[in-house]
Amino acid sequence: MIEQTVIIKNKAGLHTRPAATVVKMAAKYKCDFFISRDGMNINGKSIIGVMTLAAEEGSELLLTFNGEDEEAAAQEIINFFERGFDKL
Amino acid sequence: MKSFQEIYRKSENKIAGIAAAPGIIIGEAYLFTKEKLEVSKADIEDTEKAIVDLHEALAKSKKELTKIFTIAREKMDEVRAAIFEAQLMILDDPILLDAIIGRIKEEKKQPEYIVDDEISKYQSKMILSHESYMKERALDIEDIKQRIIRNLQKKRWGSKIDHNVIVVSESLTPADTVLLSRNKVLAFITDHGGLTSHAAIISRSLNIPAVVGTHNATAKIKDGDKIIVDGFYGYIIKNPTEEQIEFFTEKHNRLVELQKGLEELRDKPAVTKDGKEINIYANVDVTGEIDVVVASGAKGIGLYRSEQVSNETGEFPTEEEQTNIYTKLSSRIYPNSITIRVFDIGGDKFRFLDYQEPNPFLGLRGIRLLLENPSLFKTQLRAILKASVNRNIKIMLPMISTLDEIHKSKRLIEECKKELKEEKIRFDDDIGIGIMVEVPSVAVMSKDFALHTDFLSIGTNDLIQYLMAVDRGNDLVSDLYREFHPAVIRTLKYIIDDAKKAKKPVSICGEMAADTLAMPLLIGLGLENLSISAATIPYAKRIIRNCDFKKTKKLADKCLKYATQKEIEEEIQKFFADNNIIRTRQII
Repeated sequence: MIEQTVIIKNKAGLHTRPAATVVKMAAKYKCDFFISRDGMNINGKSIIGVMTLAAEEGSELLLTFNGEDEEAAAQEIINFFERGFDKL
Repeated sequence: MKSFQEIYRKSENKIAGIAAAPGIIIGEAYLFTKEKLEVSKADIEDTEKAIVDLHEALAKSKKELTKIFTIAREKMDEVRAAIFEAQLMILDDPILLDAIIGRIKEEKKQPEYIVDDEISKYQSKMILSHESYMKERALDIEDIKQRIIRNLQKKRWGSKIDHNVIVVSESLTPADTVLLSRNKVLAFITDHGGLTSHAAIISRSLNIPAVVGTHNATAKIKDGDKIIVDGFYGYIIKNPTEEQIEFFTEKHNRLVELQKGLEELRDKPAVTKDGKEINIYANVDVTGEIDVVVASGAKGIGLYRSEQVSNETGEFPTEEEQTNIYTKLSSRIYPNSITIRVFDIGGDKFRFLDYQEPNPFLGLRGIRLLLENPSLFKTQLRAILKASVNRNIKIMLPMISTLDEIHKSKRLIEECKKELKEEKIRFDDDIGIGIMVEVPSVAVMSKDFALHTDFLSIGTNDLIQYLMAVDRGNDLVSDLYREFHPAVIRTLKYIIDDAKKAKKPVSICGEMAADTLAMPLLIGLGLENLSISAATIPYAKRIIRNCDFKKTKKLADKCLKYATQKEIEEEIQKFFADNNIIRTRQII
C-alpha cells in the first residue's frame, strides 16, 4: 500500500475538470485508490464521490493506493497533483 | 398612429423586464417548467427486470447528454461544454452504479427510489459545504439525477417543441438553452437573469428576441396564453386587446420590412452623407456569436470578453483550451482583427476565488486581480500569443488606473514571449497592446497612457459609473447613472482629443455606443471606431449613413457647452428631427 499527502496547488482547487481527469487516470489501474480529507474517505474511481470533495487551494489530501499496479498509479496521479493539475 | 407611450401607459396586462435581445414577437406562450418528478418507493418482485430497466434508463440518458454535449461543442466551446462531460461520466460511475444495483437487489424497491436516495446523499454533502460553488455543483447533479429518474419512468422532458412558441421560464440552464435553441423558439422570457445571463447571451447570438429579469413572468403567464414580446423596450403584454394586437402587428411588419432594408446595408460601409467613414466592430461574448458577426459586416471584433467562458463554467480554462478558443475566433474573423480583453473579473464577475471585499467595484478587479495572480494571467497571455500566428490579435487590459500596471503587464508579456521562443513556438512578436479607459484617473491623463500603449478603448459603462459615483445595479441611485451628463460628454471629448494628440487610435465599446440616440453625438465628438453587439450593427449603420459629419460636429460643439443633461438630450432630439433621421424603435 502506498500513502502520500498532497497539497492542492491550483487557484480554483479540485474543481470539476481536474476531478474528471483524476478519475479517468485511476480507471486505467486495477488497484484501489482512495482520497481522504477531514474524515471523508472517497473512492477515487467515482466521479460523483470526488465531486463532493470541496478541496480548495492549499488544502491537504491523503491519497492511498492499494493493489498490484499501485506504484504506476501512484506515480501518475501524484504527479498530476504536484503539477497543479497542469493548470487545468 | 398611437405612440408607444399611449399603448403602454394604459396597459394593465403588461409585464416589465430587461430588454435582452431586440425584436417584436406575437405568439403563444410555452411554460418551460421542469416538473418535480414523483418518486415511487413501492416494493418490487423482479429485481432482474429492475436492473435491466436501470441500464436502459442510463443508456437513454447517455444518448440525450451526448447529443447536448455535441450541440454544445458546436455552439459554444470546449470549456463550456465540459459541464456535460462530467455529467456523462456520472452515468458510468462504477462505485455509484454498484451501490445502486446492490441496493435494488437487497431492498427490493423501485430503482427510481434507490437512484434518488443514493444520489441525494452526495448532494447533501455538497450543500453542507461552506464553498458557494459546491451548491451549484449540487444543482448540476440534480439535473443528472432527474434525467435518470425521468428515463426510468419513460417520460420525456418538454424540450420537444413541435410548433413555434415563446418560451417562458424561471431561468434557463446551459443544457436547456442549447436544446431549446434547436427547436422553434420565437422568443425567450425569464424570471431571473440580467443582460449577461446565459439566456440573454445565447438569445443575442442566435438573434432570438428576449426579455429577461421579469421577476414573475412564470407566475403571471399561463401555458398557451397569447403574448406579445417587445425586445426593444423589454415589455411583455399578456392576452392583448384587439387594439394592442393591431398596434404590434403593424410594428412587427414594419420591422420585417426594415430588416430587409438593413440586410442590404451589410456590405455597405458605415459612411456619413458627406463621406466620413466610421469603423464598426463587433463585441463578442460567446464563440457561437461569430457567425452573426461575420454576417453583420463588422470590420472585426473590437471586444472579446474572454472572462465569459469562466463566468459560466465557474472554472478557468486551461492554456490549451484557451489557445483553441482564441485560434478558432481569430481564424474565423481573419483577415480582420480581434481584440481580446484579458479576464475582466472581480466586482460582480468574480465568484470562484474566495476574496471577500466590502467594496468590490473599488477593489481587486480587472488588471489588479490579474497582476495579483500572475500564473493565471500568464496562462492567458501565453494562450493569446500562441493563437496570434496570423498577426490579427490584439491584447486589451481592463481596469487600468496607473501607468505602473501597464509596465508590469508588459513585463509579463515579455516573459511569456521569451518562454515561447525557448519552446520554439511561433507567435506575433509585434502583438498590439491597448487599454480600457474606464477609470477617471486614466481619462484625465489619456495622452500619457496612450503614449505607452498601442490603442485606447473607452468602456462607457464603468467610466460613467466611476465618474458619477453611481452603481447602475443599485435601484436607489441608478437614475443618477446618466449617459448624457455633461461631465460624461466632456470627458469623452477629452479622451478622444488626447488620444489624437498621442497619434493613437481610440474606440468606444460600452453600451452607450449601441444606443442609436448617442450615435450622432459620438461621431461628432470625433470617434472613428465603435464596437457594438453584432445584432445592432445594421441599426447603427442606418443612422450613420443618414448623418452629415459636419452637422454632427456642430451638434457636439453645442452639447459640450451645456451644463445639464436635459439640454443635451433636447439638442440631440432636435438633431434627429431637423435631419429627418428616425430611430428604429420609433419607426416600427
